[in-house]
Order: sequence, then C-alpha cells, then structure tokens
Amino acid sequence: MKRVLRSLSLLIVLAAAITWLATGANRGWTKTSVPVKTLDEVTGIEGITYRQKFLPGVDFLGAAFGSAALLAAASFFFRKPNKTNNQQPITNNNQ
Amino acid sequence: MKLIHVIPLATLATAVYAAPESFDFKDPKGVNTATFFLDAPLESVNGSASGISGTVSFDPENPAATTGKIVVAADSLTVPNPMQKEHLHSATWLDVAKYPEITFEAKTLANVKTDGNVTAAEVTGTFTLHGVAKEITVPVKLTFLKDKLSARMPKLKGDLLVIRANFTLSRDDFNIQKGQYEDKVSPTINLTLSIAGAAVQP
Repeated sequence: MKRVLRSLSLLIVLAAAITWLATGANRGWTKTSVPVKTLDEVTGIEGITYRQKFLPGVDFLGAAFGSAALLAAASFFFRKPNKTNNQQPITNNNQ
Repeated sequence: MKLIHVIPLATLATAVYAAPESFDFKDPKGVNTATFFLDAPLESVNGSASGISGTVSFDPENPAATTGKIVVAADSLTVPNPMQKEHLHSATWLDVAKYPEITFEAKTLANVKTDGNVTAAEVTGTFTLHGVAKEITVPVKLTFLKDKLSARMPKLKGDLLVIRANFTLSRDDFNIQKGQYEDKVSPTINLTLSIAGAAVQP
C-alpha cells in the first residue's frame, strides 16, 4: 500500500507538470476559454470572442501538488510489511 | 421655376441633410466590445462584455450636439477564468441579478474637434454601475462613416458611427467592494469601448 500511494503521488505530480507545460506553462489562473480577436475591416473595431480551451494555471498545479503531497503523507501511516521467518528455533528437549 | 419656389425646397433639403441621425448600437455582427481591466498581483483581470445596445443621436454637421445612451448587459461580462466570472457576477461584486444594466447616458460634449470624419471630444454624462449613478467626463472619439453600412450588411443602406473611448473608474465610487481587497484587485477599473452603430436609411 505504501508503494502504491507513493507511486500514485509521483504520477499525479508528473501528469500535472506535463499537462501544464504542454499547454503553454500558463503562470496565471486556470482558464476554460481564451479570447480571440476579430477585426471588422469596415469599422476597424477589434471584437473579442471566446473559444473554449482548457488552460491550466498555477492553481491547477497547486491543487495537483497538494493532492500528491497528501497521498505521500498518507503513505507514512502504512507500515512496511514484516518479513516473517517460519523456521522455529532448534531446541533441545532432552535437556 | 421661380425663386420663391426654390427657397422652401432648398430649406427643406438642407433641413433633411442636417437632421441628426439616430444610430442603433445593437450590433448583429457581434464585434461591439467593451473591455475592462483591473490590475491584480498574480494576473490582471481582463474581460469583456458583448451585450451592448443603445442609441446615439449624431449630426455630422454638428457633432457637438451628440446625445445618447449606451447599455451593457451586466451578465454579458466575461473573463476566461470561470471562478472569477462567478465572483464577478455574484452579489458580493457586481450583483448582476439585481443590477442587470451598466449604462452611460451622454448629455453634453465639450472641446469638440473635428478632422475629416473623426470628431474628438470630451463627453459628460451619467454612468450607472452597480446601481450607483455618477456624472463623469470622458474622452471620446467619434468616426462617421457615410454610406458604409452596406459594406458590413449588403442588404442595408445607411451610415455607420464608430465610438471609441478609454477611461478609468474607481470601484469605490460605485460601491463595488469599497475599500476591500485592494491588495488583491486594483481599486481602479480601466474601461475601453469600441462600438459601431448603424443608421439605416429606408
């Protein structure tokens, strides 16, 4: 169990970091849409429309790292499995 | 034709030409935009509003007489972060359910300077935000585009009026978290308006 929790924790950290880097390493807040500018050639006005796009930010990284830290901390509550020795000590019953 | 007949006709023609036009700012093309900006430590709050409507009376022969009202639907204010948007619309910030409209009613123009089809002026009017009405004076640029409506909408004939303005407001003046969270969100709001209205000719 200890190993499972620690592996999961590492996996979360790696997945979050890779996702964050792959989507442009946004150092602001997480966004679910991005503004797209459109130019009206007649009036010269730059209009803004929003395109749906998930852009993880530092809060996403913080939440992922926090969850990973909790899992890693939880792993310390599980003890290492004891190595059991089934061989009984040799005793001399004749004594 | 006698002179006595020509004078009324000429007067009528001049009156028709000089009459102020009413421009409708409900933009079917959807490019009319009001953007806002508030500085913040991690990332500035940048957003826009698309629900713009209103009418402006503009006379190209007398731009100083311009009056009108622009309305922004408060629930059309958008920011890319969904949590920020929820906070912005909530009762603790703009309370869009209670105050559904942000309006500016232009009353007078001063320092009017016209160069070609562009008029720069300072407009004074009543700005209403978050249920608080306050008289403000802001710089504005009006661009009159004669007969350009058909270039945007081929089935219609008429003129276009483009209004551009950039100014700052204080959150405190409009009771938006007055004196609160100034370390997290700037107390000043920077607003930019770029909108086009159409005067359709029958």
